[in-house]
Amino acid sequence: MNCDASPPPLLHPRRLVSWGVLLAVLIVLPLLFSKGFALSLLCQIGIMVIFALSYNMLLGQTGLLSFGHAVYFGIGAFATMHTLNLLGKGGLPLPVTLLPLVGGLAGLLAGVLFGYVSTKRAGTAFAMISLGIGELVASASLMFPALFGGEGGISGNRVVGGAVLGISYGPQIEMYYLIVGWAFISMLAMYALTQTPLGCMANAVRDNPERVQFVGYDPQWVRFMMLVLSGGFAGIAGALSALNYEIVTAETLGAQTSGAVLMMAFVGGVGWFHGPIIGAVLITLLQIALSGLTKAWLFYFGLFFLCIVLYLPGGIASLLSMHQRLWKARLLGWVLPSYVRLALPLTLVACGLIGLVEMAYQRAEAAEIPLRLLGASIDVTLATPWLGALAALCGGLVLLRASWPAVTGAWRRALLRLESREET
Amino acid sequence: MSFRISNMQLLAALALLFTGSALAQVKIAYIDPLSGPFANVGDAGLKQFKEIVEQVNQTGGAAGQKLEMVPFDNKGSPQESLINFKSVTDQGIRYITQGNGSGVAHALVDAVSKWNARNPDKTVLFLNYAAVDPTLTNEKCSFWHFRFDANSDMKMEAITNFMENDKKVKKVFILGQDYAHGHAVAKAAKAMLAAKRPDVKIVGEDLHPIGRVKDFSPYVAKIKAADADTIITGNWGNDLSLLVKAAKDAGLKAKFYTYYAGGLGTPTAMGAAGEGQVLQLTEWHMNVQPNKTEAFALAFNKKYPDLDFYYLRVNTMVTMLAKAMNDAKSTDPTRVARQLEDMHYQADTGDVWMRKSDHQLIQPLYISIFAKQDGKAVKHDIEHTGYGFKTLASISARDTQLPTSCVMERL
Amino acid sequence: MEFVLVSLLNGITYGMLLFMLSSGLTLIFSMMGVLNFAHASFYMLGAYFAYQVSVILGFWPALLVAPLLVGLCGVLIERYGLRNAHKYGHVAELLFTFGLSFLIEEIVRLVWGKAAVDYRIPEALNGTLFTLFSSNFPIYKGFMMLVSVGMLLALYALLTRTRTGLIVQAALSRPDMVEALGHNVPRIFMLVFGGGVALAALAGVIGGNAFITEPGMAAAVGTIVFVVVVVGGLGSLAGAFVASLLIGIVQTFAVGLNVSITDIAALFGVELQASGAMARLTLTQLAPILPYLFMVAILVFRPRGLMGARES
Repeated sequence: MNCDASPPPLLHPRRLVSWGVLLAVLIVLPLLFSKGFALSLLCQIGIMVIFALSYNMLLGQTGLLSFGHAVYFGIGAFATMHTLNLLGKGGLPLPVTLLPLVGGLAGLLAGVLFGYVSTKRAGTAFAMISLGIGELVASASLMFPALFGGEGGISGNRVVGGAVLGISYGPQIEMYYLIVGWAFISMLAMYALTQTPLGCMANAVRDNPERVQFVGYDPQWVRFMMLVLSGGFAGIAGALSALNYEIVTAETLGAQTSGAVLMMAFVGGVGWFHGPIIGAVLITLLQIALSGLTKAWLFYFGLFFLCIVLYLPGGIASLLSMHQRLWKARLLGWVLPSYVRLALPLTLVACGLIGLVEMAYQRAEAAEIPLRLLGASIDVTLATPWLGALAALCGGLVLLRASWPAVTGAWRRALLRLESREET
Repeated sequence: MSFRISNMQLLAALALLFTGSALAQVKIAYIDPLSGPFANVGDAGLKQFKEIVEQVNQTGGAAGQKLEMVPFDNKGSPQESLINFKSVTDQGIRYITQGNGSGVAHALVDAVSKWNARNPDKTVLFLNYAAVDPTLTNEKCSFWHFRFDANSDMKMEAITNFMENDKKVKKVFILGQDYAHGHAVAKAAKAMLAAKRPDVKIVGEDLHPIGRVKDFSPYVAKIKAADADTIITGNWGNDLSLLVKAAKDAGLKAKFYTYYAGGLGTPTAMGAAGEGQVLQLTEWHMNVQPNKTEAFALAFNKKYPDLDFYYLRVNTMVTMLAKAMNDAKSTDPTRVARQLEDMHYQADTGDVWMRKSDHQLIQPLYISIFAKQDGKAVKHDIEHTGYGFKTLASISARDTQLPTSCVMERL
Repeated sequence: MEFVLVSLLNGITYGMLLFMLSSGLTLIFSMMGVLNFAHASFYMLGAYFAYQVSVILGFWPALLVAPLLVGLCGVLIERYGLRNAHKYGHVAELLFTFGLSFLIEEIVRLVWGKAAVDYRIPEALNGTLFTLFSSNFPIYKGFMMLVSVGMLLALYALLTRTRTGLIVQAALSRPDMVEALGHNVPRIFMLVFGGGVALAALAGVIGGNAFITEPGMAAAVGTIVFVVVVVGGLGSLAGAFVASLLIGIVQTFAVGLNVSITDIAALFGVELQASGAMARLTLTQLAPILPYLFMVAILVFRPRGLMGARES
């Protein structure tokens, strides 16, 4: 993603192969997960991938931390829904397949409007303006029920007009392929953008705006362009969400959506192009699957995010790329054995923590009902399970501290070896 | 039961592992917020459902089977609810219930209608226990949707009927949250007052963004300046508690007519500020006479010390559902729906009727006022505050009826 | 006249509460360059701690103990959390506090339940201080004003009359110089963070019972505090003070005035169609989002904020 690191260009054979493999996997996936729930999960993930990537055009590439990216997503969604309803009335000769373009355009226009105001500043001030604009749009959306549908939102029917080539978008699977198609195109476009002069200048603006000015570019212009384009892609994601759910409500524009996309990009890793993709997949899975399993999911979620910020600020992509580097040098074997020593401490920490949290939630909700955890029944009014969980957590932490040097040591040796090899 | 012996066995077994009740057969998916800002409301509802389902199961269940609640956390979002609905249909669950937010209810009604049209052998029934947007039983009514709460127009009808006889009401101020519900309340209040009490003056009408006002004293100053003696508000949650508190601080002596003052933390938050000022319209409260639900409610409050039994309609809904299944001798949603529509039922507060034309439950309602617990008219307090509700008027089921514009597509 | 005076009093009271919240945020920002996203969460913790302490010891001890406890929490969080994030730059710090606000809200729900707690105004402060025409001014509002003015004076004295204050002040304009002069900057950071969140907690102690103590209270004021800080000018205490009062008063008056967008447009000679959704909007309706409009306008026309010295 850094221009000076010069990644292989888009049409490099190796790139083409990996894009091809990705496309093939996306096409085959629904054959493996054909259940309605799994399929809608995949659709949601696809939408979020575009959204998170568009967000990273700001945070990762231009260094703009935005707390209001849902505005563009939501405006794209509402514009699409209105257009869809116009189609339903026979007002417009536009195929549903191309509707995401409408959303993209709406996001783009919103980007022009709000970007003009917000990109005057960078850094913390930009973050605050984006927050303010987000609040403003979210509040306004509830005030104009004619435009935003009020509490009930706006719903529509994506099966309009006749089926084109047998595709009516009635069945979810056809919607999935629509999302995959647009996600793939958007991914390619956003990747291509990182290779353009604008993409490179965005990196430069992120790293050193003064020097950009010396070179003769206007950092504000670069920020503005990036925000407008990012708004456009967010609009496409919003459009797909509108088509997928056939309903858009005011929450789509709200702070929660903005917060979620920020987490996706950051957890995945803002320094890599594929980081937000990993983040979108992981966070969507967590949000939907974890919330079905435990009441404490928000707690785990917050904790997980804090741990990433504190211990893995490069996101999961950074972890992967570290290992990839060793794997390419055939040095992965040097560090993997040390991980085995972490297995026991980590299991203990996890068991202790989950035990404590689940017991605390059960106690707060209904203390006299025993907690069911992994088939076991635990009476949370007794002291022993609490002490047990606490002991497991503390013991695990102590062991983790003790075995950590082994891991760092192994890494140091592997890296030294790698460097000495690179020198020769 | 086709779905019991379908290829869902593995999933069902997995679900049993997590929930642990091996006898459960008829599952009801509960789709409401269980985490996030509205978790307290969703959580309280779920516990009430579980309580009444347990009682139904102990007294014979429904059509020879047991009922079971399966919670799904929709986090208050319509989109998330649709994903939940996908997993509901995957698991072969045929009944869903939801209440918090008409936005979610609209999304679910749409989804259920589409699903049932495409899967006539796996129909799903939507039982709505609290979403009050009138359109759900008017323009957007559906055969697959049954509402067990009075809609917001019916509630306003009852409130204005009460005002018709209360000559102390002379100047009315309407204050509401700036979204669909607040708009609907304001509109209904104006139209109905104009028809029933043309002498009453509407001295002011304001809308404020939902959940964003911290200090209501400017609004109270305005109400005072307008010299209003009555305030009609659809506000709920903090927007209601903060309003009442600010009124108390400024010494405003007007009465508040509300929909949602009686439960889920609002009495705690209002505290003494609400005494003698706040009226609510509900289908039940702890001091209605005769109170057939008293023992059940007390047992519930004892079991969950942080909660107060609130939704009588949840009990009505579950027992009516069980009766419909017993009468149909089946748990198939289509047949149960046919039993349920037009059902007359003896609920704890009297006769209730599921109107066939729009699937809206017609039930008695009560207007009550927040007052100090005195052991007589206010026998029980609420949320351990020392205050409870005292009945001012009971409105018979018949008087809450409004015409419907529903044109239902029947099966 | 009555309306103007009452609105002014209401506006000032609300503005002073905003200042209590934003002063800590400004202090932390000027010292550490990090906007503490979790600031309002400490306001909430202050209210909950005060509720817990007042159940056991009564309100008056809570007034002192709760902010101290929250300050201690702040010190620990800075030492063992924020300081680690500091290595990775301001974005990581901001995100750390963002995640922290999530976690604090969830912990509050877990410990004190999902609904409001019964945190009451003490009996001694319950009642009417004076009656202005026909409106009552409650004692508790007077008390809130007293506490916030007291805090303002104490803060002023601390910053201008003590050595620590001078160092903090120096850091407002020249953070690098302070470090170069050999001050233990990490320790100052820790203390400033603790002190800043303790101020927020104090606002929570007196705001929690005046309003409502519930898990959503942090989110309800969270963004408005940022608005105050940005409008006032990032890093300027005086600016935060002016902005707090301004926003408090403007918002209060906007609610009271019966002016619609159509009327305003008419002032500029523009005739709006009466049927449009836009035309029906009144100033009252817009009042709570006026601060955001205000913020955007300020940033367009005067990016430094009202009294800000530094760009960001």
